[in-house]
Amino acid sequence: MLDKRIIPCLDVRDGKVVKGINFVGIREVGDPVECAEEYNRQGADEIVFLDITATHEHRKTMADVVCRTAEKVFVPLTVGGGISTIEDFATMLRAGADKVSVNSAALKNPELIAQAADKFGSQCVVVAIDARKMEDGSWHAYVAGGRKDTGIDAVWWAKRACELGAGEILLTSMDADGTKAGFDLPLLNAVCEVVNVPVIASGGCGTLDHFSEVFEKTGADAALAASLFHYRELTVGEVKEHLHAHNIPVRL
Amino acid sequence: MIAIIDYGAGNLFSVQNALRFLGLENQITRDAAEIRKANGLILPGVGAFPDAMRMLKEAGLTEVIKEEAIKKPFLGICLGMQMLFNESDEFTTTSGLGLIPGRVEKIVCPYKIPHMGWNHLELNGKSPLLAGVPEGSSVYFVHSYMACTEPENVTAYCDYGVKIPALTEKGTVFGAQFHPEKSGETGLTILKNFGGLTK
Repeated sequence: MLDKRIIPCLDVRDGKVVKGINFVGIREVGDPVECAEEYNRQGADEIVFLDITATHEHRKTMADVVCRTAEKVFVPLTVGGGISTIEDFATMLRAGADKVSVNSAALKNPELIAQAADKFGSQCVVVAIDARKMEDGSWHAYVAGGRKDTGIDAVWWAKRACELGAGEILLTSMDADGTKAGFDLPLLNAVCEVVNVPVIASGGCGTLDHFSEVFEKTGADAALAASLFHYRELTVGEVKEHLHAHNIPVRL
Repeated sequence: MIAIIDYGAGNLFSVQNALRFLGLENQITRDAAEIRKANGLILPGVGAFPDAMRMLKEAGLTEVIKEEAIKKPFLGICLGMQMLFNESDEFTTTSGLGLIPGRVEKIVCPYKIPHMGWNHLELNGKSPLLAGVPEGSSVYFVHSYMACTEPENVTAYCDYGVKIPALTEKGTVFGAQFHPEKSGETGLTILKNFGGLTK
């Protein structure tokens, strides 16, 4: 059976790693290539780069970061942030990314998912969804760093994205993100129920138990964290040892 | 020198990065003369079987690969491994290189397809590629089709509700269904072992 994956996420701005706390108050913490190498040493199963500047000129900087990382780190690399065209996919894949994640642009133009899947294969098309809970109990997909409500039902969107060819869903709970109170289990379960591709849980983890909990109580295939690993509150290795001790299959 | 065969499909740079990291001399090429000269060959592959076989043919490389693969260490990766077999069912029945007996069929199992992620090697006999690779090591897979071949051609399986040949071997012809260039330390060990055979 497949191992559950632990994925550190590096938020990159202008070629430097930063970490936002609830997407505001960004702090700089280092060189992305060095950070990726460190995570690789700790046993990361995959590394996600999220380009939070995502203007056109910075995309080149990001491609360069990916290219330099791929020379030294031999696990799958995913790049997201500001991806809006098939050319952006091609640029990142050529630079050495194995997967590209798309968020706002896919909500604006869902055909982008189908085009990318057709051209590069579903396996490299990740659809990232930032979801926030509504008063009626449903979740809406948000864009613009979690500031803008699209009015689109996040669970419906996850399902639709898969129908269009998404190979994976990266699901961030805007409610849980930054709280360290645990992953958003109801949201994850709602999405896992309607999609047949891997789901990456993101947002809310603060302790080792949160990682075992998300795999024991939801169908998530992977868990992603940024600040927890950045500020060395936990290492990837500690998380995997904990999961192993809980009989959850991981790559050690 | 290891020739990484470039026929327009595949993850050439990841393979090249890994070989460079290991200090293994290599070259990306579609030149038949270079392929004949090389001490070892790697056939990468991402995409669909019929397209890849067509591109190989259009590059004029089908025959040289068939001839050279039985003379020196040859490693097919992912789709590059599937192409080593007699034929594949992907989209439409298409002939492969026929270097290892067997055919390629859609994975039938109760789990999500593609089979994507880290899965465990179950060793099946000995292989020079598996020196220093313990039973149960995790390697990275991304595929929807699998090789169906006799166990004598398989040196490692993985379990995904169905036993999937992960590493295949016949004489000098090796195939990895997973991506050794994306499989961390274990993958690097396998590529290093392959490199050792080419020296």
